[in-house]
Amino acid sequence: MRELTDLALDTAETRGASYADIRIVHRRTQHVGVRNGSVNTLSSEESVGFGVRVIADDAWGFAASSQLTREGVERVAAQAVEIARASATVQREPVDIGLPEAHTGSYRTPFETDPFSVPLEEKLSLLLAADEAMRRVEAVRVAQGAVVCWRENKTFASTEGAFLEQELVETGGGIVAYAVGDGEIQQRSYPNSFARDQRTGGWEVVEAMELPANGERVASEAVALLTADPCPATVTTLILGPTQLALQVHESCGHPTELDRVFGSEAAYAGTSFLTPDKLGTFRYGSPIVNLTADATIPGGLGTFGYDDEGVPAQRVPLVREGVFVGYLSSRETAAQLAKLRGTDPAQARSGGAMRASGWDRIPLVRMTNINLEPGEWTFEDLLADTGEGIYMEMNRSWSIDDKRLNFQFGTEIAHEIKGGQLGRLLKNAIYTGITPQFWGSCDAICNADHWRVWGTPNCGKGQPSQVAHTGHGAAPARFRNVEVGVKV
Amino acid sequence: MIGEKTARKIAERVLAASEADETEVLVFGLQEQLTRFANNVIHQNVAETDTAVALRLAVGKRVGTATSNYVTETGLERALGAASAACQGDLGSHAEDADYPGLPDPLPVEPVNAFDERTAACTPAERAQQVGVVCRRAEELGVNSSGAFSTSVVEYAVANSHGLFVYHPTTIASLTTVVMTEDSAGYAAAASWKVDEVNVAALGDKAIDRALRSRNPQPLEPGTFPVVLEPHAVADILSFLTYMAGGMMVSEGRSWMTGRQGEQLLSPLVSIWDDGRDTAGWPLPFDFEGMPRQRVDIVRQGTVGDPVYDRRWAAKEGQASTGHALPAAHPFSPWLNSGTYGPVPMHPAMASGEHTVEEMIAGTQRGLYVTRFHYTRIVHPREAVITGLTRDGTFLIEDGQLTTPVKNLRFTQSYLEALAGVEMVGKDVHCERDGFSVTLAPALKLSAFNFTGATTF
Repeated sequence: MRELTDLALDTAETRGASYADIRIVHRRTQHVGVRNGSVNTLSSEESVGFGVRVIADDAWGFAASSQLTREGVERVAAQAVEIARASATVQREPVDIGLPEAHTGSYRTPFETDPFSVPLEEKLSLLLAADEAMRRVEAVRVAQGAVVCWRENKTFASTEGAFLEQELVETGGGIVAYAVGDGEIQQRSYPNSFARDQRTGGWEVVEAMELPANGERVASEAVALLTADPCPATVTTLILGPTQLALQVHESCGHPTELDRVFGSEAAYAGTSFLTPDKLGTFRYGSPIVNLTADATIPGGLGTFGYDDEGVPAQRVPLVREGVFVGYLSSRETAAQLAKLRGTDPAQARSGGAMRASGWDRIPLVRMTNINLEPGEWTFEDLLADTGEGIYMEMNRSWSIDDKRLNFQFGTEIAHEIKGGQLGRLLKNAIYTGITPQFWGSCDAICNADHWRVWGTPNCGKGQPSQVAHTGHGAAPARFRNVEVGVKV
Repeated sequence: MIGEKTARKIAERVLAASEADETEVLVFGLQEQLTRFANNVIHQNVAETDTAVALRLAVGKRVGTATSNYVTETGLERALGAASAACQGDLGSHAEDADYPGLPDPLPVEPVNAFDERTAACTPAERAQQVGVVCRRAEELGVNSSGAFSTSVVEYAVANSHGLFVYHPTTIASLTTVVMTEDSAGYAAAASWKVDEVNVAALGDKAIDRALRSRNPQPLEPGTFPVVLEPHAVADILSFLTYMAGGMMVSEGRSWMTGRQGEQLLSPLVSIWDDGRDTAGWPLPFDFEGMPRQRVDIVRQGTVGDPVYDRRWAAKEGQASTGHALPAAHPFSPWLNSGTYGPVPMHPAMASGEHTVEEMIAGTQRGLYVTRFHYTRIVHPREAVITGLTRDGTFLIEDGQLTTPVKNLRFTQSYLEALAGVEMVGKDVHCERDGFSVTLAPALKLSAFNFTGATTF
């Protein structure tokens, strides 16, 4: 690898780049899926390639190719410089990436059992057992299950002297049942939305899900939802379950704290952010019990790694402390931009280590790592008992938020009325809506660490060309007051 | 570019080496270049070159797939080995894909030209020059432009052990731009397989004009209003309704179409179809099983028409394939596969009408003019209830004229009910890229649209 990374960096410098880095990425994945009692997917995927990112004439250029040969590396490094020179023709200020980040080292995801070493037979029989359990419930129209194994080996080198090697391993899986009838299509997933939770780790991640043991329950709930009462349109107390809260954190805290989005990089795509730099350190984002962190160091998260794709070490960064907005997800360039804007010492401006690319063929963008709502003090039982009346919603079904990340409307797969401090009748087609800071400002209880875990979101979209990132979100159930639920449809 | 000769060579190498009963080889070539701008400067500028294969092997009804972009002798052997492994071993009878329809024999596929040398040869300097025009104009007027301008070459080849081989090279150029002021925004977008048909400067001017006109937006109480929708917003409606027109979703009762074929559900002014041969869009004359794509009428003058099929779902439903198969495995977008989605329309279009947008506005006493929708998601699939927001230029229409710009609104609306109330259809059809496809959509005037929330900007 050294030979190729040196060649890329030398070529870029010879062609006039003032900075260059190269990422060589080799990814292997395996998808196994079943559907209605039959094998649906038995697929292996392999992708290998490299991307060269340069600054030349004070502007960015990037080129990538699957032709991992000396000839390919030389050609692509030269192409990246040519692209940077084109960028320089529509440029106002030189790109500034701050102080050098010349780290060397390696990182491997810890795991107990290599997911690729588990025989196909075992994966298939696990899924078929879960599938059979779901189909035992009459009126289930579609039963589906899948497991995913993912391994990425990547090498990063830069003209600043960085040389890093990482092996990231993820394993995921899940089941979903669809029931159809009475003009309704209802779905229930386990353990997370869209039939899949995923974590960094090995086969033990899937084993812990106990998919067959949950099949019948999931299917029964999907069928029961067909005839459940609709979620009423009212203003009430809302308790969100952990996976829905993970999604709430993702959309209303994770994305708006991405500093490139704040600076307008995504304006033409998903939009900008209401968390502008003038609010940093003073803006009341949520109630005093709300603490949110970006933590790339916790075990098991999909945003857990050793170094980001600019070679910056993984970090824990506070985003919201006691309800006050205090930090951003950042890159080297955006951290330097923020320092200049705020008139702070650029020598103190360091990246928060959140630059991540979806593969060898994409530039790194500021992405979520593991964005966590830190646990509170309540047990779930005490929270229900204390609530008296309200609605409990869990597991995302639909999600929409405006282009500044303020007005959101989320729908969940399942909801229950809370009555007399207990979960009561089932409610279907549940929706809640709000404005981000008001919503988090109404949070008055968060469950404790016993109810907290990190959930995986392996489908986070951003950028043009599009990139799909794998992000993690720690959450425990939490309570919100005076929330608008339901909508007349 | 890999070219037809090399694509065929790659496929033949795999077919010769495979010991499976049936073997399918898809070859994908991609050269994508994209120049992205924000704050009136180019901030991201990228290029990607990739070649990959997707293999599908069958031994009886045991089916395994593999993808790889390591297209060397070693890489192809490894992919073949991975796909073979899934067809072998003692996995029990459940390891069979019970509905596997087998691979097809060749059918004639009439080529469609959608390759433009100018687009294929477009350089970073050319894209920067065009984007620079938009950025400088925005700078002069004190507004903030952003967007993405891409030019790409894509190659598809499908081959199988029954002697089928088809190949299609194509180009695509696409521009999206958002221009912002302190309190407003404007939007423009277009796509074509000919880069010269994407007028970057004119689109930039349109977005700038819309941003300037929508300054100082006023709050508006949500409610039900007649609307005039620009083609960008109509493209969203078209995408959702056709996404649910796949034979799998319809068969499983998960589509708005299920059980409603032949029913007059929408306005007679509405006709929707999918046509992979239409050169006004981004044609691809065959599907990922190598079957010829056919035009399918999904809505005929408001009456619910037909779903689209691949061979699997056609066989299950006693129909013939309409040439709408997705790949069994996709090397660039693993989630986009036939097992997950079944067959899907990739070339949706809505029929044009007789009216100009100006006539639609003039014909509205009090309503809203919507440039585009943002972040739309399904709330209720059966009734195609969608929630989302307006974005980049929303205006009140009063007494037949565009008047006050308004702050963005959230809607929660059945797209079916919306299209039941079509009053006018635009005479021009606009081509816009939507992920892996492009849409062809006119402007529409609708009698009612349900806005359920408001933003603060």
